[in-house]
Amino acid sequence: MPEHRAAPLRPALRATGLRKRFGDHQVLDGVDLEVAPGSVHALLGPNGAGKTTTVRIVCGLLRADEGRAEIAGHDVVAHSRAARGALGLSGQYAAVDEHLTGFENLHLLGRLYGMSRRRAAERAEELLDRFRLDDVAGRRAGLYSGGMRRRLDLAGALVARPQVVVLDEPTTGLDPRSRLDMWAVIEDLLLDGVAVLLTTQYLEEADRLADLITVIDRGVVIARGSAEELKERVQGATLALQVRDGAGLAHAARALGAVGLGEPWVDHRTGRASIATDRGPEVMAELLAHLARVEVELVDLGLHRSSLDDVFLALTGHGAETTTDGDPV
Amino acid sequence: MSTRTETRTDVTSEATLLAAGAETLRNGFVLTGRNMRHVARIPGRITTGLVQPVMFVVLFAFVFGGSLGGEDYRRFLMAGIFAQSMVFNASFTTVGLANDLQKGIVERFRSLPMSPLAVILGRTTSDMVVGVATLVVTALCGLAVGWRVEGSAADAALAFLVLVLFGFAMSWVGATVGVFARTVEVAQSAGLIWLFPLSLISTAFVSAENMPTPLREFAAWNPVSAVATSVRDLLGNPTPATLPQPDTWSLQHPTLYAVLSSLAVLAVFMPLVLARYKRLTRG
Repeated sequence: MPEHRAAPLRPALRATGLRKRFGDHQVLDGVDLEVAPGSVHALLGPNGAGKTTTVRIVCGLLRADEGRAEIAGHDVVAHSRAARGALGLSGQYAAVDEHLTGFENLHLLGRLYGMSRRRAAERAEELLDRFRLDDVAGRRAGLYSGGMRRRLDLAGALVARPQVVVLDEPTTGLDPRSRLDMWAVIEDLLLDGVAVLLTTQYLEEADRLADLITVIDRGVVIARGSAEELKERVQGATLALQVRDGAGLAHAARALGAVGLGEPWVDHRTGRASIATDRGPEVMAELLAHLARVEVELVDLGLHRSSLDDVFLALTGHGAETTTDGDPV
Repeated sequence: MSTRTETRTDVTSEATLLAAGAETLRNGFVLTGRNMRHVARIPGRITTGLVQPVMFVVLFAFVFGGSLGGEDYRRFLMAGIFAQSMVFNASFTTVGLANDLQKGIVERFRSLPMSPLAVILGRTTSDMVVGVATLVVTALCGLAVGWRVEGSAADAALAFLVLVLFGFAMSWVGATVGVFARTVEVAQSAGLIWLFPLSLISTAFVSAENMPTPLREFAAWNPVSAVATSVRDLLGNPTPATLPQPDTWSLQHPTLYAVLSSLAVLAVFMPLVLARYKRLTRG
């Protein structure tokens, strides 16, 4: 919106000191966020980290106990209408009306944003074209595939040309092909100068899309930076092993601790353990020497450059839970 | 667009309130259109809406009618069926709202710069349209079993308005049940129980004379009784001498009491629905 270009340095979305408690459970304990126009900020964290709570507060759907959030400079509580007018939300569950056609869904939203019938129809057509839904525009959304529904839902978030788009796990449950489509669509949004806040459990998604990544765990921000910066934080490489017999895991972990940096990460269920290291392949020989003394039988041993997964493990001490609900591509 | 919303922000001047009210009505109207499409598209929805009144007329007219006075009873009966169908119409509001709440669509509505009132208003208004269609079908069935409008056209129109207002009020009760039920399953079972005592513990179909005292008192002051009596009077349909009516103020002034009680129901349930809806969607 041109009238907001007057203050170009202002972040399109800003949240400061968000705290929220549900009963005894402190879900958010002081989360800060900023999203600049034309950029993607990914909020990364395991299930229950507070991602969705953060999104709901930022969108004015939930009141924080403390802290405040602004969208396009409007406080989401005190000036909720103005804030919502600049916001497009695409939630975790595609909020499409199954009994309406794709066109009718978007037309309805246009009308509810205050557009005339004609303007709403034009905007619906534009978005259906852009999201490659024009072929199925006249079909009821209930008959759409999962990927089509997500695209329709995202199109719905864009009806009023928002300055801020919030995407809560936009690709959860999508097949790999639909996920790639969705990524292309999100990248396309940035060309319009939209500020995107994205939550995801998929590290690959954050790596691919985000300019800035905030990792939250148990309601606290534990790291922030670009994907590259975060990867550097875990000192370049990860040394990982898997033991055949669980009994040897404690020895293996001690050996890792002796050659690597910081505390090793250990998973008793799979018999895997890993640790960050800033050294080259010679570290593997040293590790094997340690292990030879305690007779631990290895299934696997490897040294690889850190991925965001490793960052995640290093930062949170547990996985991003991608493995529990399907592989991220 | 954003400049307009900025000036509108939470200022409580009269003009702003008026604009907000107009906008809520407009959005309610847009959502009414959406809900009407649902009525047309959800399988069985129209059938239920239309078969139900036919069923009530046939059941009451011929199952009870024979014992209660035949032709005379059927003339008396129709006003009661009109009133009852307005009560039962509330079930559509309950289920429709619970349905929306269960799906993500309400979350989307909540993220729009739109009053939450518009969502409920759209629901109750579309159910009012359905209610009017039900009244028409019921009237046609009534004509087929020997009922006639025996008063003036103006009075008949007034009777129709009393019914529509009452139906609208009941729809807000239905909306309240819907927002408390939250899931369609609960809405469809527990949420519909109240319809039966409310419509049957009344003078809509029988005299209250032979009811135990508490039920008789309830029947006398039940808005359903007043609506049925009002409609009966306005349509000029006589009450058979075998079905004496209670002599309470409510039934001596049935039209006034019907209107007042409908407004009272709206005054109580509108804020109740809104408060609960806001709580629900704020988490």
